[in-house]
Amino acid sequence: MNTPLLEVDNLRVTFPTPRGDIDVVRSVSFTLGRERLGIVGESGSGKSMTGRSILKLIRAPGTVSADRLAFDGIDLLAQSEKQMRAIRGARISMVMQDPKFSLNPVMTIGEQIAEALLTHQRLPRREVGQRVKAMLESVRIDDPERVAKLYPHEVSGGMGQRVMIAMMLIPEPDLLIADEPTSALDVSVQAQVLDIIDELVKRKGMGLIFISHDLNLVSSYCDRILVMNTGRVVEECEAGELRNATHPYTRGLLAAIPRLDETRDELPVLDRSAWANS
Amino acid sequence: MTALSLNNLDISYGETPITHGVSLDIAEGESFALVGESGSGKSTILKAIAGLAPEWTGSITAFGKSRSHGIDRHFARLCQMVFQDPYGSLHPRKTIDATLSEPLTIHGIGSQNERVEAVMASVGLDRKFRFRFPHQLSGGQRQRVAIARALMLEPKILLLDEPTSALDVSVQAEILNLLKRLRREQNLTFLMVTHNLPVVSFLCDRLAVMRQGRIVEIADVADLKQGALREAYSRELMEISATHAA
Repeated sequence: MNTPLLEVDNLRVTFPTPRGDIDVVRSVSFTLGRERLGIVGESGSGKSMTGRSILKLIRAPGTVSADRLAFDGIDLLAQSEKQMRAIRGARISMVMQDPKFSLNPVMTIGEQIAEALLTHQRLPRREVGQRVKAMLESVRIDDPERVAKLYPHEVSGGMGQRVMIAMMLIPEPDLLIADEPTSALDVSVQAQVLDIIDELVKRKGMGLIFISHDLNLVSSYCDRILVMNTGRVVEECEAGELRNATHPYTRGLLAAIPRLDETRDELPVLDRSAWANS
Repeated sequence: MTALSLNNLDISYGETPITHGVSLDIAEGESFALVGESGSGKSTILKAIAGLAPEWTGSITAFGKSRSHGIDRHFARLCQMVFQDPYGSLHPRKTIDATLSEPLTIHGIGSQNERVEAVMASVGLDRKFRFRFPHQLSGGQRQRVAIARALMLEPKILLLDEPTSALDVSVQAEILNLLKRLRREQNLTFLMVTHNLPVVSFLCDRLAVMRQGRIVEIADVADLKQGALREAYSRELMEISATHAA
């Protein structure tokens, strides 16, 4: 792979406040090939903002700046809103956290998935129906014809999230950004949804950015991990090497997770002063 | 002594039956967990005990006294609940002080000022938060307020509905440590609902695995730690948990 799928150099997201501008993402740089990259951090670490800024989805008054923000050689910062619309969904798409708030409540599931497809290409109606059905099958929905006629409130959270994945993947994007795709779901369904994302990403050779606060989850589904804290990347490592992380913040996060065979009487708590100025 | 006893509890929402013949005995000072996937009825049991799901048959007994189906002041003094979502469980237009004083006013308890200060100190909230509103607090601080509110009436039993699942791991650790300390200091009995088995392992003594409104298995946490749960379904839950914590 010569040109990486995504190049991010010195990304900065700024919001103005009465007390001056606040950088919620500060000089974040990474490149992504056709691989699975995990971004982890706590609430407020800027991980979601990093994901959204790639799609230029930061609303005013927030601003995005970077030395380079390029997707497949296209300079995203130079694109107009209209040009961005051709990229969003078709080439880069994003799975959001909660299916309850992200699906249109007054459209059937079949119509919504078809809309995602028809926004980017013209197809005969028969073919649209077939593509929707095949896509629902590939996210392991057993009875696609029945489910396509249902409204979002008629399906469970896990199924809603699979519908959203189907909708995001039907235009066959090159890059999928999954922002906490399973935190609204049950543990037993989480694994299923992640396996589906994993399988589809591998089969289609897409790039994946997986944003989550769950270190263990990210380390088992990604190739590489960025750990973020207060808008900066504090650590970058191979997923398998997470156990040997060196930054005190990463180590603190790892230690704070209770284990199944827990013997500690008290869990260690992050001492936030340790890296506040690092 | 038995702190909380459920006998043959069938709870329903209208026509829909949720739990079937749930029986549990929780000793005083014990920390007991209900685990299972969503829809298994675990939260519904807590709601029935707290009086939020009044359609039930069977019996709910705390320290030898049965719970009535209506609003039960005496029961409220014994047993309080902490909810899952710290963003949704505090009144947005009431200050922390008003939230914490309300149970005292309802139950006609005096010396409110001292009690609010004492409880805030025991959950580790600085005094400066007392006259703030929930939106001025972080998730972890709000969950501390929710725990403080539950402790205002000095109950003997706390019902915890996924108290940390909406929080970051580092904040979760703080809240879990707090709950453990409070239980030790005030000899509280916990009944906690969660789907996070490592949290059970850290905080609880025994657990019941639920599926489709029934208790599948009751086991000691020692069995959970050694992976020695008997039922196939419990093992399945454990395996999912284990692969996640790879």
